[in-house]
Amino acid sequence: MDRSRRRFSTTPVARHNHLDPPKPGEERKVTFVTKEGDRHTFEVADGDNLLDIALENDIEMEGACGGSCACSTCHVIVEDDAMYDKMEEPTDDENDMLDLAFGLTETSRLGCQLKMSKELDGLVVKLPQMTRNMQASDFASK
Amino acid sequence: MVPLNERRSTTASERPLRLAIIGSGPAGFYTAHRLMKKVQNAVVDMYEQLPVPYGLVRFGVAPDHPEVKNCEDTFDMVAASERFNYIGNVKVGQHLRLTDMKPHYDAILFSYGASEDKKLGIPGENLPGVYSAREFVAWYNGLPEFRDLNPDLQFGDHAVIVGQGNVAMDVARILLTPVDDLRKTDISTHALETLSASKIKSVNVVGRRGPLQAAFTIKEARELMRIPDVAFAPIDKSLFPSDLRKLERPPRRIAELLLKGTQHTPEESAKSWALKFLLSPVSMYPHETANLVAGVTFAKQAFAAEADRYSKSARVVPTAETITMPTSLAFRSVGYKSTALPGLSDFGVPFDEKLGIIPNDPHGRVITASSGPGELGAGHVPGLYCAGWVKRGPTGVIASTMSDAFMSADVIASDWESDVPFLNSGRNGNESTGLGWDGVKDAVAQSGTKPVSWEDWKKIDAAERSRGKELGKEREKFTSVEDMLKVLDG
Repeated sequence: MDRSRRRFSTTPVARHNHLDPPKPGEERKVTFVTKEGDRHTFEVADGDNLLDIALENDIEMEGACGGSCACSTCHVIVEDDAMYDKMEEPTDDENDMLDLAFGLTETSRLGCQLKMSKELDGLVVKLPQMTRNMQASDFASK
Repeated sequence: MVPLNERRSTTASERPLRLAIIGSGPAGFYTAHRLMKKVQNAVVDMYEQLPVPYGLVRFGVAPDHPEVKNCEDTFDMVAASERFNYIGNVKVGQHLRLTDMKPHYDAILFSYGASEDKKLGIPGENLPGVYSAREFVAWYNGLPEFRDLNPDLQFGDHAVIVGQGNVAMDVARILLTPVDDLRKTDISTHALETLSASKIKSVNVVGRRGPLQAAFTIKEARELMRIPDVAFAPIDKSLFPSDLRKLERPPRRIAELLLKGTQHTPEESAKSWALKFLLSPVSMYPHETANLVAGVTFAKQAFAAEADRYSKSARVVPTAETITMPTSLAFRSVGYKSTALPGLSDFGVPFDEKLGIIPNDPHGRVITASSGPGELGAGHVPGLYCAGWVKRGPTGVIASTMSDAFMSADVIASDWESDVPFLNSGRNGNESTGLGWDGVKDAVAQSGTKPVSWEDWKKIDAAERSRGKELGKEREKFTSVEDMLKVLDG
């Protein structure tokens, strides 16, 4: 039997994080770099946070605590140091959660706490490697 | 659900992957979530021994951490799928044997967690007044098994908690939080009543090693620091390097928090807590006149000669010196422990009693010492997987359980795609009936239990919320299986 023909795709899921489109002239660009290295850029409105943007656009990001800064599943890494420095400092509570994140870096943030603004136009964030992508072939060598 | 006969009429290669998940906590739900996304026609039956789902999200997460329970939204979304089937109030190993499930599934995932706790193994730990932190947590969260624990919080004003993980911190916080702050949470009413009469004023949280080896996370420590009018006893500075910048960021931030402490000292405050380090319990001793715990004796520990006392893994050794800590209330909080599911050995699956886990590869494939068949080798038992605490031991926050469950789902998906053997792989390919729940429900009915569906749970959920509304809280849980099931009689 040929199981490899099975369809492997993601089901778009209706979440209740519906975002309004940006006002004309106030479009902010944000780019997510996935674990595979693919870049996805979206035009979003001021005030939208990165977790909601990711969920709305089927970027693989979990918000286990629903964006309430109580877990680290929406961990992102800001690509550009200068952009990171433009952001408001993370709160103690955000840093507490980041301390538990996999692959913590100097420019790590929680997506749910990062709101888009004029200053952050052009923001690029990377999604951290969370789990090793296991293949059955890893076990074939005995 | 897809009608049964449609599923049966398809050929084996197109037939959906039928997975049974045992346990409805975050490990089970996150595995289902990921697998149903990756394998488009996977059909999941989730078995839960209680009528109500969510495992430790409901019975472990502290009532004053409602935001952590938001993961239930994701679980509800998973459960809404027509490819998902919840079967509550069915205890695998009691109402249904694993061997009876086998012909009807392609794979079984064990995600039933850890239902016991590690003992200290010291004299006196069973004295009245000594509680397991796990049982205490289960009691205030309304787990039927421990609703009648009825801890005595009035005999004295001291409490000692042996162990320094987040469960210990939760117990300390619940004991010290003003009870009015808990009223709006989903804490059980019986616990509120007992806590409102509590006389506990001082809590010692005691660890065998130092602050940089302790298991608690910073959020839990910060919450204790923030309780109004509760002081933290100043901590011994010599336990930290003189230059904190030498530490990695997470331990450095914990060190800063502990060294900063609280504004007021215990002497100035009505209530207080302390972290005590380098103490290993030797015995618990009773009152002279009553059969009740009166204190704990500890052996002082010292860092081993070769140990870097600032490293997470530093080892300690006992010294000849002991100290006693008088108390009227003591908790052991040195970890949860999983146990073997009845019938596991009939499946040829050993259980690691020492680690309290099902041996796995450790990506989630169940393995046996005797080499298994199939191209995977490495002793993988075809079709059997695990996730969560029964896979990796009882540690970690929801985020770690989530990524661990995703890993289990990923190996199931990639095994399914790679054509490796599953539960009923035979000469003619996959010989599973593919019936899943429909193939076992008669056997379950004969066992006398009444299965609870997701719709049934939603009725129980609504009833709990409406009980809660009357009390001005999120939810008032039913604390007996009987009361949960009564909702469904109407």
